[in-house]
Amino acid sequence: MSAKTLFEKIWEKHIVKQIEDGPAVLYIDKHFIHEVTSPQAFKGLEQRGLKVLRPQQVVATADHNVPTLNQHLPIRDELSRKQVQQLIKNCAKHDIELYGLGHPFQGIVHVIGPELGITQPGMTIVCGDSHTSTHGAFGAIAFGIGTSEVEMVLATQCLMQSKPRLMRINVEGQLNKGVVSKDIILYIISQISASGATGYFVEYAGSAIRSLSMEARMTICNMSIEMGARGGMIAPDQVTFDYLKGRLFAPGNSLWDKKVEAWKQLYTDEGAKFDKEIFIDAAKIEPMITYGTNPGMGIGVNGTIPKESEIDEKEKPSFLKSLNYMGLEPGTKIKGKKVDYVFIGSCTNSRIEDLRMVASFVKGKKKAKDVEVWIVPGSKQVESQAREEGIDKIFAEAGFQLRQPGCSACLGMNEDKIPAGKYCISTSNRNFEGRQGPNARTFLASPLTAAVAAITGEVADVREWL
Amino acid sequence: MSKAINIVKSTAVPLNIENIDTDQIIPARFLKATSREGFGKNLFRDWRYINDDENQPKKDFVLNNPSYKGKILVVARNFGCGSSREHAAWAIKDYGFDVVVSSFFADIFKNNALNNFLLPVTVSEDFLQKLFAAIESDPNTEIEVSLENQSIRFNGNEEKFEINSYKKTCLLNGYDDIDYLLSMKHEIEAFEESRP
Repeated sequence: MSAKTLFEKIWEKHIVKQIEDGPAVLYIDKHFIHEVTSPQAFKGLEQRGLKVLRPQQVVATADHNVPTLNQHLPIRDELSRKQVQQLIKNCAKHDIELYGLGHPFQGIVHVIGPELGITQPGMTIVCGDSHTSTHGAFGAIAFGIGTSEVEMVLATQCLMQSKPRLMRINVEGQLNKGVVSKDIILYIISQISASGATGYFVEYAGSAIRSLSMEARMTICNMSIEMGARGGMIAPDQVTFDYLKGRLFAPGNSLWDKKVEAWKQLYTDEGAKFDKEIFIDAAKIEPMITYGTNPGMGIGVNGTIPKESEIDEKEKPSFLKSLNYMGLEPGTKIKGKKVDYVFIGSCTNSRIEDLRMVASFVKGKKKAKDVEVWIVPGSKQVESQAREEGIDKIFAEAGFQLRQPGCSACLGMNEDKIPAGKYCISTSNRNFEGRQGPNARTFLASPLTAAVAAITGEVADVREWL
Repeated sequence: MSKAINIVKSTAVPLNIENIDTDQIIPARFLKATSREGFGKNLFRDWRYINDDENQPKKDFVLNNPSYKGKILVVARNFGCGSSREHAAWAIKDYGFDVVVSSFFADIFKNNALNNFLLPVTVSEDFLQKLFAAIESDPNTEIEVSLENQSIRFNGNEEKFEINSYKKTCLLNGYDDIDYLLSMKHEIEAFEESRP
């Protein structure tokens, strides 16, 4: 038998049919839905007179649109309220489990799937959301889809998909002090660009990846889409099994050993072929920050924004447009730049480990006077855990606001918008123009780098504080 | 109305900016609708208007330039990156475009476009730059895209483009993937039963 990649082992087990010179009909194990990209899919089903084929394989939550203050009150924005109500109606009508507002499991779809043990190795997982790649951290094929595809999966539990090309990114060696998983992925994207993995599915491997916790692995897989990759994945290992064991929807005792045995076969065989392979030296990675309007525009926090002369002629207009939007000059340093807002949250960095990391750094410190700091936990469970551990008190003493779960200022669909012209250091995944609010300016960074900015009021190097 | 698409002959609208993400195509605040219609008026909303005000169009933005119109949108590389929102494809189609030409499309956008009978045509970087130059020097330049022949032509230049034969058949005939999948109901059930 020929050597296979992790991706191929899972892909092949889910092919219902391969169409000649066309896509495969791929079977989907788990389908997550949320209020923003599902209503038109349900409408489409109804127009065709169809039911949801396998409602027990679908899980819903409300996250994109929800307020992060006073969630017990009706949503003030009429359109958001209608969209959330539509989700409630659709789930009730089609017998889909909904962890909506007020439910103890509510939260960002890519946070709750893993923490409930719904996400498991070897699965195919989709959601109408590009950050579905997060679930790949468990050794699953997980990727974002459009609403027409949401409709297909609801109706048939299958999708038409062409097999992507495969890339392996090996990160070897030891990480430096102050460098965390967010820095690894921002570094990779800065090296290969925001389109460097388009057309590929990525496997992350190497000793630096193996050394990471599940939360940290999720942060890396989460941002695969920011270099164009459809998804990212990491082979499951003892860290994965330990994380999953005992979680609500993880296999129970009687099945557990059998499942783990099967999951242990999910790795890339020696000699398996990738279409592209990249090697990264972990020791070269510094705490990272972005200066532009795509996630590939990142530098070490002590670094200098490229000079105009260093940019390819063809890329110059986009580069200058981007810096003009950001109010930054080519060839200048970003360290010391004043920030107005700090946002710690999103499906990239809102898990309990992220909150613990921030809390352990800010304990006993106070935020800078003119900075507003929003901490938005990824789920109700993360929020309660933070309170249980007393992290809420550390934040309160520092002057940080601990809010309620949702996507929040990552995309500003609710009221959490960064005002025009203001600078926000954000642990989210996208620094696009207008992403956090019309004309808002975003610096992407790790929770640690965001935490130090909250204390100093400017972009700073966390290594000087450790 | 048939959704099928084959030959599109039209002038084009050029937007020569790289890495245009779907947040620019349709900003998140317009994703609160529960139907697929009406997104065209908010296409490139924040690049089109000053302070979100429809009475203050940004004069230097191409959609506000009356010289440029047509059913073909020509864009620089890595178009449609970022969020998976299908609303981006809906907005472009609803605005009146049937074809988007670029040297490189983001994956999810490309699938979303195909599922909405918006034809993504991938050309070489060289051809794309020639096309931009031609449209910019003469906005009346006519471009002909033929799905049947998998070709794009203007001013005597021609290039072939790739599309898998399954998708081509769907677009030429107005078939949805979902129709195909529904026809496989028994195979899907048999597959489910065969799994351990």
